[in-house]
Amino acid sequence: MARTARFPLAAPSWPASVERPAPDRKIGLEYDHAWSRRYPVRVARAMIMDNVARPVARVLAPATVRGLEHLRHVEGPVIFAANHASHVDTPLVLTNLPVEFRHRTVVAAASDYFFDRTWKSVLWSFSLAAIPIDRSKVNRRSADTAADLIAAGWNLVIFPEGGRSPDGWTQPFHPASAAYLAHRTGRPVIPVYLHGTRRVLPKTAGEPGRAPGGSGTESRRAGRLRRSPISVLFGAPLTPDEGENTRRFADRLEAAVATLAREVRTDWWRARRDVSAADPVAGAAAAHRGPDAPAWRRAWALDAPPPGGRATTWP
Amino acid sequence: MSRRPGFVLEVDKSTPPTLFWNGEGFTLETLPEGSRVVYAPEPMKALDDPYAAVRHALLHPVGDRDPLPALLHAGMKLTICFDDISLPLPPMEAPDIRQIVIETVLDLAADAGVDDVVLIAALALHRRMTEAELRHALGDRIYDAFAPHGLLTQHDAEDPDNLIHLGQTERGEDVEINKRAATSDLLVYVNINLVAMDGGHKSVATGLASYKSLRHHHNPQTMQHSRSFMDAPASELHTSNWRMGRHIADAGVKVFQIETTLNTNTFPSSFAFLQKREWEWNLRDRATYAASSASLRGAPPRVARQIFHSIESPHAMTSVQAGEVEAVHAVTTENVWRQQGVDVTGQTDILTMGLPYICPYNVNSIMNPILVACLGLGYFFNLYRGKPLVREGGVLILRHPTRPEFHPGHHPSYIDFYEQVLTQTVDPVAIHKQFEESFATDPWYVHLYRTGHAYHGVHPFYMWYWCAHALEHLGRVIVIGADPKAVRRLGFSPASSLNDALEMATDVVGPSPTLTHLHAPPIMMADVH
Repeated sequence: MARTARFPLAAPSWPASVERPAPDRKIGLEYDHAWSRRYPVRVARAMIMDNVARPVARVLAPATVRGLEHLRHVEGPVIFAANHASHVDTPLVLTNLPVEFRHRTVVAAASDYFFDRTWKSVLWSFSLAAIPIDRSKVNRRSADTAADLIAAGWNLVIFPEGGRSPDGWTQPFHPASAAYLAHRTGRPVIPVYLHGTRRVLPKTAGEPGRAPGGSGTESRRAGRLRRSPISVLFGAPLTPDEGENTRRFADRLEAAVATLAREVRTDWWRARRDVSAADPVAGAAAAHRGPDAPAWRRAWALDAPPPGGRATTWP
Repeated sequence: MSRRPGFVLEVDKSTPPTLFWNGEGFTLETLPEGSRVVYAPEPMKALDDPYAAVRHALLHPVGDRDPLPALLHAGMKLTICFDDISLPLPPMEAPDIRQIVIETVLDLAADAGVDDVVLIAALALHRRMTEAELRHALGDRIYDAFAPHGLLTQHDAEDPDNLIHLGQTERGEDVEINKRAATSDLLVYVNINLVAMDGGHKSVATGLASYKSLRHHHNPQTMQHSRSFMDAPASELHTSNWRMGRHIADAGVKVFQIETTLNTNTFPSSFAFLQKREWEWNLRDRATYAASSASLRGAPPRVARQIFHSIESPHAMTSVQAGEVEAVHAVTTENVWRQQGVDVTGQTDILTMGLPYICPYNVNSIMNPILVACLGLGYFFNLYRGKPLVREGGVLILRHPTRPEFHPGHHPSYIDFYEQVLTQTVDPVAIHKQFEESFATDPWYVHLYRTGHAYHGVHPFYMWYWCAHALEHLGRVIVIGADPKAVRRLGFSPASSLNDALEMATDVVGPSPTLTHLHAPPIMMADVH
């Protein structure tokens, strides 16, 4: 029988009566990511992005991109607020951004997931220009960091849901996310809807504690990349109206993304028309949070064709 | 991260083995579940600029004293006394605190045009320091400026020409101290308070005293009534020193006291694991422990000793205060407790401790069996306020090799004490009555003390008296991993392992005893409620 090493050859066990402190490492929100925006690092990242990531993305997740015209008339920096269903969302948004935005964009990433190890912090900071944010609560430090970077001319990709959707349906947008930053910085928010990324890399079932939600509908192929086409839709820039608070603005953002979601399955006009005329905000948002039903019905409804059939057929 | 206070761990199944010092080495012992381990507080932040802090203290004294510059003037007689090699432990990395303080004092004296300045190492009955030790404590600048002209001296408690009898206290205690110091216009005393026992009136009344004066408080009766001598108000040793100190002041000796405190940053980074909690040892700590303990096990004691005595501690100054003795010492004691105090609830049946390679009296020397007893029963046992950590009639278990080895140059009278006195009796009171006088006045020991680097002939007696309170309090003392013959000579019981020692202890304290381990050094003071 193999003998196991004992202390001090093995790591010490921890007395049960002693509270284990947080590791004294500069990771998580404390991680110093300034290096990842230095010029040589940006050049290296741009070369990898354009010569490796984009070709791979084209093969792995060929994208139909719509709404780029919205970006032509807006001057950076801007905030890209997208729905979130898969870990590949971030690289797919970045690789599908126009070049004038692509190389000067940082990504807000969950500090508890992407920055919980030193190697992960380095990897994501370098490859995605990720910055750590606290998704569990409003955190002054992460908000300040994001706002400072926007003020310094960096675009920001943020997922206002705070985590990947457990089943593909959109979750409520946190007002302390893109809406707050838009209020604070005065920069426009571009709603982005990503469709089909859940099929490229589904959320794994083994992570219920790490992200909100967890309906049990995760695929058995979880964690494995699979080639599948996607759609990336950019909406018109939104800015907070006079007197509009962040909660209302967050609802409006969510409605805009939900409208884009319908547009994927229909067309721009039908999407607009289908959104509740009485209360476009609440109606649109609710429309993409899915039915209040058991998991299988939510999954069924998500992939069901809209009433009236798909408009993507050849006229 | 803010520093963590002292901590009392209750050992459970998940607790890794606990570090025990073992002389020039260390070992890991698995303590029974339910045992307690007392860990020292983490080091306090050091003063950012020690030189500026010292200068500030000299210019802003506490108590009834003018700022030092106002006390210095041309034509005056100034004597600067300082603690000897016994402090701090281990010796600190250069620059030593004494160098920082004395250089600042000398700067002010030079500005004031003071010509007559003498420096005295306050040895009491300790051995004289070597040139290298003086240079380390004071720095080359001071040594080269004073030593060649005979102005850097070491107190000689046997020099009748340089002692002055200042009379007796109201209790009839003789007060005889260094004449140069006593007859100076100003006596500046530079102190290092490693523990709460140091400093105050003890600095002058003990450090500059003669045997005639010291015998009034260095005796078994005083020690038995010092509970503990780390807690001045409860210490008869300090009460006696305070009487003498006030008598010295009344006799017209003007003392400007400078006291400093240190943090518990005791070991350099290469031995960082020695002051960490075991469950927080990282890979480097574990590798260092494994490598050093394996190599020390194979090394001859002489080599291991040389390795350990070459350690210089990164101790840093946490406070400095100057002025009138008692006012200064009150602030100092508070600062020492702030660094070293640990709250402990309740006494224990068995107290365990691993003894390190060093105590105040074997710096650059050998830890002989008498010093082992003094370190365990005198110093570590007394690291308490309120009540001793171990209950009356309890058992003290020490871990130390306790080899019957002596440094013949430093501890000549210890050899005879070990061979001639301890073979007769281990009772401090009997020893005091029967043997002290002959050792204290032995001309050979006096000669070695005055001309060589030997501790005074009476010094081993004092070491044994330090143990008097513990010897009276404890039901049994067991030493693990020691030379059995040496341990029995001390009146203790040898044991080959911790389990054996615990088995033996149950004969005294009964089955299922409580056990507490004192995880020192770094030094801590248990505030036992």
